[in-house]
Amino acid sequence: MDNPEHTIILQSMTEQPHVLIVGGGLNGPALALALAQGGKRVTVIDALPQDVRQADEFDGRAYALALASQRLLSAIGIWARINDHAQPMLEIKVTDGHAGRGPSPFWMHFDHAEIEEGPMGYMVEDRYLRRALIDAMAENDAITLLDGQSVVAQTVSPSGVSVTLEDGIEITGDLLAGCDGRTSGTATRAGIKRSGRDYGQTALVCAITHEKPHHGVAHQFFMPPGPLAILPLTGNRSLIVWAEKTELAQQINALDDHNYLEVLRPRFGDFLGELGLEGKRFTYPLNLTVANALIAERLALVGDAAHGIHPIAGQGLNAGLRDVAALAETVILAARRGEDIGSIQVLERYQQWRRFDMATLVTATDMFNHLFSNDNPLLRAGRELGLGLVNALPPARRAFIREAAGLTGDLPRLMQGKTI
Amino acid sequence: MQARQTTVDPAEIAKFEAMAADWWDPKGKFKPLHMMNPCRLDYITNQIGGQFDCDLTANGPFRGLRILDIGCGGGLLSEPMARLGGDVVGADAAELNISVAQIHAQQSGLSIDYRHTTAEALADAGEQFDVVLNMEVIEHVADPLTFLTACRRLLKPGGLHICSTINRNPKSFAMTIIGAEMIMRWLPRGTHEWSKFITPDELFELLHRAGLNPVDRKGFVFNPVTWQWRLSVRDLGVNYVTASVKPD
Repeated sequence: MDNPEHTIILQSMTEQPHVLIVGGGLNGPALALALAQGGKRVTVIDALPQDVRQADEFDGRAYALALASQRLLSAIGIWARINDHAQPMLEIKVTDGHAGRGPSPFWMHFDHAEIEEGPMGYMVEDRYLRRALIDAMAENDAITLLDGQSVVAQTVSPSGVSVTLEDGIEITGDLLAGCDGRTSGTATRAGIKRSGRDYGQTALVCAITHEKPHHGVAHQFFMPPGPLAILPLTGNRSLIVWAEKTELAQQINALDDHNYLEVLRPRFGDFLGELGLEGKRFTYPLNLTVANALIAERLALVGDAAHGIHPIAGQGLNAGLRDVAALAETVILAARRGEDIGSIQVLERYQQWRRFDMATLVTATDMFNHLFSNDNPLLRAGRELGLGLVNALPPARRAFIREAAGLTGDLPRLMQGKTI
Repeated sequence: MQARQTTVDPAEIAKFEAMAADWWDPKGKFKPLHMMNPCRLDYITNQIGGQFDCDLTANGPFRGLRILDIGCGGGLLSEPMARLGGDVVGADAAELNISVAQIHAQQSGLSIDYRHTTAEALADAGEQFDVVLNMEVIEHVADPLTFLTACRRLLKPGGLHICSTINRNPKSFAMTIIGAEMIMRWLPRGTHEWSKFITPDELFELLHRAGLNPVDRKGFVFNPVTWQWRLSVRDLGVNYVTASVKPD
C-alpha cells in the first residue's frame, strides 16, 4: 500500500459497496433499483438474454400486486411506467364451490372502501412490469446488467464474494443476492438445503376476454380439486388461475381452445357473459419449496429462491417484493453505519426480519390449500362457517383486507411509502 | 520508554491480549460489543455528521476527516469509520489487538493505520485529529482525567470527542457484573471492575476539567425481547455515551 494512488482507488472502491444479484426476473431488478437508489453499485446476472425479457406480446402472465408492493414499485420509480396498464382491484369475493354446481352462496366480500389506504392491489401484466424494470435498469449508471450469462461457480472470502460466469469472467462484490427462483443455484452452491413437497396439483393459467365488465372485482372460488381465481385485467379481460390434480390438468391443457373454454365455463358460472381466450395457455406444477436458511456468508436469498409457495393467495411476488424491501433497507442502513454489508451480523437482521413472515405465509398457504382442496363434508361445513363468520364481523373483514393489501406486519420503509 | 505519567494498567493489557483472537467472532467473547455495535455506530455517525456537516446518505461521508479510535481492540469501530471514508488511526495498548486488527483490515481491503501506542504518547508526538473515539475504554484506564486531557490535546479546535462507558449504580452492577459476566457469560469474569465505573455527571465534570465542552449524552439500552440495543434520551442507567467538542 505504498502507492498512494492505489490506496485512493482501493478506498473509493470499498466506500461504495458492490452487490451481485443473480436472477433477472422481477425481484432481482427490483432489488437492483432499490440498492442503486441507496447509492450502492449493483451487477445483475441474468441467465436469459434481454430480447426474451423484452418481448412485447401478452404471454398470459400477470400478477396481483398488493398495495404494499405498489408502494415499493412507486418508490423505485417503476410505478409511473406501468400505471396506465394497471387494473385496480376494488373488491375481492371469496366463495366456496361444489364440483359441477358452481359457486355456493357462502362467500366473503372484501371492499377497499372499508380501509382508508386505497385499492387492495392492482393487476399488472408481466410484459409491462418486465419492460419497465429493464428500462429503469438501463437508465441507471450504478447498475450493470450481464444478460444471457449463467453462473458456474461462487466463492466466499473474508474480503468478498465472487461469481464465475460461463465465459470465465469472475466478478467480485461485497454481497451476493440469490433471486434465481425455486431451483436457486445460488442457494445450492452455498450448501443451503431445501424442504417442501409436491402438491400433486398443476395450475392452469390463461387470460380471457369477456362480454361484461368485471368492475375491478377479483374472485376466488375454492373448489374441491383446487382453487380457481378470476383476476381483473384492464378492459374486459381477466386472468384465470386454476388448480387441478396434475393428471386432469394435463388432459385439460391438451384440449383445443374451444373445448378448454367448455371445461372452464361451468366452474364459475356466467356472470361475465360470453368468454374467449386471449394469448397462450400455461401450466405450472405446484409445489412448496422453502430454503432451510435465508442467508449464508455474504449471501441472501430473495423471493422464490427463499420460499416458493402455492399461488393460492397470489402472494408469491408480493412476498418476494417484501424480501426486496427488507433486504435493501437492511443493507443501506448497515452501509450508512460503515458496517460490512456482507457480514453475517448484518444479514442476520434480514433473516430475522423475514423469517416469521415467511413461516406464516408458507404455513397459511399450505393449510389453506389443504383445507379447501377436498370434498370432506366436515371440513366443508367448517369452512363455510368460517367464511361466514369472517364476513359477518367487520373487524375480522378489515383485518383480511389489510392482509390482502400487504399492510400487516413489520412493514419495510419502501412499503410504507417512505424512503430509506 | 521515558518515565512519564501513563494511564495504562499492565494487568488490564494482559487480560485483553488473551481475548484478542476472539474479537471478530460475532458469537464469541465479544458478542455484546457486536450486538451493541449498530447502536454505537448510529450514535457516532450522527454526531460526526452533525458536527462536520456530512451527508450521511452519500458514500464516503467522512472523507477528509482524521479519526482516532483509542482502545480500538480488533477494529470493530475503526473499520466502519474507514469504510465511511475516514482517515483512521486505531490505537491500542495491547499489542496482540493491533496484530489482530491489522490482519482483519487487510482481509477486508481497508487501509487503517493501527498503532501499538497510547493516547498520551500520540498527544506528546503532536498528532491532531478531527474526531477522537473512546468507546468502552475509560472504565479500563488507571487515571481518567489524565486520559481525557490527552484526548483533548489530540483534537483540533472544534474537534469532536465521543466517549461511552458504564454507569456506577446498583443496576449497572447487576446488569454488567452479575448479568453479562456471571450469568450470561457474555464477557469473561473480571472484565470489569465496578469501582472504576463513572456516573454521567462525574464524566461531564471530568470532561470539563479536561478542557472539553460536553454537548450531548444518551443511554444505550438493551431490549431482552428484541435482543437489540437502542439509544435512549432518558435511560442512562447502565451503558451511556457522551459527545464533547474542543473549544476553538
